[in-house]
Amino acid sequence: MAGKTLYDKLWDAHLVRQNEDGSSLIYIDRQILHEVTSPQAFEGLRLAGRKPWRIDANLATPDHNVPTTERAGGVDQIVDPVSRIQVKTLDENCDEYGIVEFKMLDERQGIVHVVGPEQGMTLPGSTVVCGDSHTSTHGAFGALAHGIGTSEVEHVLATQCLIAKKMKNMLVRVDGELGIGVTAKDVVLHIIGVIGTAGGTGCALEFGGTAIQSLSIEGRMTICNMAIEAGARVGLVAVDDKTIEYFEGRPFSPTGEAWNAAVENWKDLVSDADAQFDTVVEIRAEDIKPQVTWGTSPEMVVAVDGQVPNPANAADSDEANAITRALQYMGLSADQAITDIKLDRVFIGSCTNSRIEDLRAAAEVVKGRKVASTIKQALVVPGSGLVKAQAEAEGLDKIFVEAGLEWREPGCSMCLAMNPDKLGNGEHCASTSNRNFEGRQGFGGRTHLVSPAMAAAAAVTGHFVDVRTLETN
Amino acid sequence: MKKFETHTGVVAPLDRKNVDTDLIIPKQFLKSIKRSGFGKNLFDEIRYLDEGQPDQDCSGRPLNPDFVLNKPEFTGSSILLARTNFGCGSSREHAPWALDDYGFRAVIAPSYADIFFNNCFKNGLLPIILTEAEVDELFNAVAGEPGMSLTVDLVNQKVVSPSGQEYGFEVDAFRKHCLLNGLDDIGLTLEHADDIRAYEAKRRESAPWLFDAIK
Ligand code: SF4
Repeated sequence: MAGKTLYDKLWDAHLVRQNEDGSSLIYIDRQILHEVTSPQAFEGLRLAGRKPWRIDANLATPDHNVPTTERAGGVDQIVDPVSRIQVKTLDENCDEYGIVEFKMLDERQGIVHVVGPEQGMTLPGSTVVCGDSHTSTHGAFGALAHGIGTSEVEHVLATQCLIAKKMKNMLVRVDGELGIGVTAKDVVLHIIGVIGTAGGTGCALEFGGTAIQSLSIEGRMTICNMAIEAGARVGLVAVDDKTIEYFEGRPFSPTGEAWNAAVENWKDLVSDADAQFDTVVEIRAEDIKPQVTWGTSPEMVVAVDGQVPNPANAADSDEANAITRALQYMGLSADQAITDIKLDRVFIGSCTNSRIEDLRAAAEVVKGRKVASTIKQALVVPGSGLVKAQAEAEGLDKIFVEAGLEWREPGCSMCLAMNPDKLGNGEHCASTSNRNFEGRQGFGGRTHLVSPAMAAAAAVTGHFVDVRTLETN
Repeated sequence: MKKFETHTGVVAPLDRKNVDTDLIIPKQFLKSIKRSGFGKNLFDEIRYLDEGQPDQDCSGRPLNPDFVLNKPEFTGSSILLARTNFGCGSSREHAPWALDDYGFRAVIAPSYADIFFNNCFKNGLLPIILTEAEVDELFNAVAGEPGMSLTVDLVNQKVVSPSGQEYGFEVDAFRKHCLLNGLDDIGLTLEHADDIRAYEAKRRESAPWLFDAIK
């Protein structure tokens, strides 16, 4: 019999029962809640007179709506009434049910996908859900994690289980050595460029190979975060020594005897050598350069030294139409050099790239430089209060501020513009987030997805530039 | 979820095809954090003469006297009679939430949009499919006797008029079981609570750290 994939192992370990209709019931170890997708779930519980199955398996924090400017006034200071009500409702629901919540003024508050791992709340080998599609992030350390809808949030609250169907197994192997200045973000954008935004549909997508192994845990989180942009609800990376080291001493990590037992258990969280995948894609690390998206879907991506595509060279008329439409929305012309794209704003943040390593990489580039005079705004939004504190302890905030970037409070911010951080109509933004859909960062806004180092380089030059060509300071 | 066995109630005729989810509950009311309370804005655009705002007190708003639910014979109606392709448009569950919150327990129409049809069952609302001829007959009956009641008998899968006329309907056996017993997805999963507890007991031995409390 063939061996098991990592996904098979995680699935088997969480299978509660097989339902008559072909679906399965899987056990959920951890749920993270935020203000946008949880209110109706709590309301549903209340209407049905149900109680959460395991209150202490949940952790909540507001992130999507919170302002990132000075906010000592707390919830009451949120100007937009809908945002304010959502955050307040989360507070009230958590208080009522006794769910631990890192509220707006708690130093541990931040983006759900930054906070969970940072606290050791999501662990290797666990199942993790959250009413947010980028929950795939937590697969970076061998957890089975994916986003769910509001009715499912309620279902997990009430039953600690999810009704699920098993997915297919897909492996993307990236072998070889990544060039200097080529980051996890470039790897995942390149992968999406190769397999497409539907390439992983219906699959649990494991990332493997020596280049993935060489990445830090935070880098692997960036990769798994965007598995969903390749169509896969689940992203995965096998557990190794780095994973184990990462979780040692985190607030909710096991300790003592339990830690030793957990480590023993986690060592098996790899795909067996003879495991069968339904699809395997192989990529050479040496082929990957810093990436920039030019269009309105993450697969519309090229290397920074490349050009915006020409619909005349498209494979078929569908592709030509898609390119033409995207160019029109983005205000770009065919064959334009990527380095010629003028930028209005820069956003460094989001659950893809707002951890300490991301901020260090950006700071290294802007250090001793100034934001270009043509840039209206360059934001740095740390992923959590703890990331912010760490960055300040390392003096990164000063580097950013001296260079002319704004140093903000943690939250989702301009990733989806539910708070006041938005692009103006027609503005181009170099963004470290994960979605470049039309209007995502504000009505008419034009998003270009890049790595933190590339965003920082764009900030100081006013246009895209290969970060590898900037002299180090 | 509320159980549904038999239900007798006043029928409100809504003589329009392709009633979409935006007509059932306009989008300005979807920002709410609740799934109850949508009833007062059900059919807002055709029910009131002014433009509705979220969180507004609707009791003082000018009513459209021609709209069926504003006519005295139909107040308190709980069965909606409609035309083809009822519930088309978006996938939001707000449409059945609004119908349910207003007090509707069943809809009768010749056809429905798929997602809406599914969402009804999840929320204890019974969407009944009768033929166009039968629906026509019911529209005529209500026109002749405004305020008349119908009985929906899910157990025997029939709609019964006051004169004793019966209309049989089909319903998926599994969905019928869920409605009769008041089981939503959660209710169904909770039928397996013992399996969940057994899993937990076993897992607690092999991976106890996953049961450490987040506190
Ligand atoms: S940072 Fe963006 S992608 Fe991530 S959780 Fe927030 S809104 Fe979603």
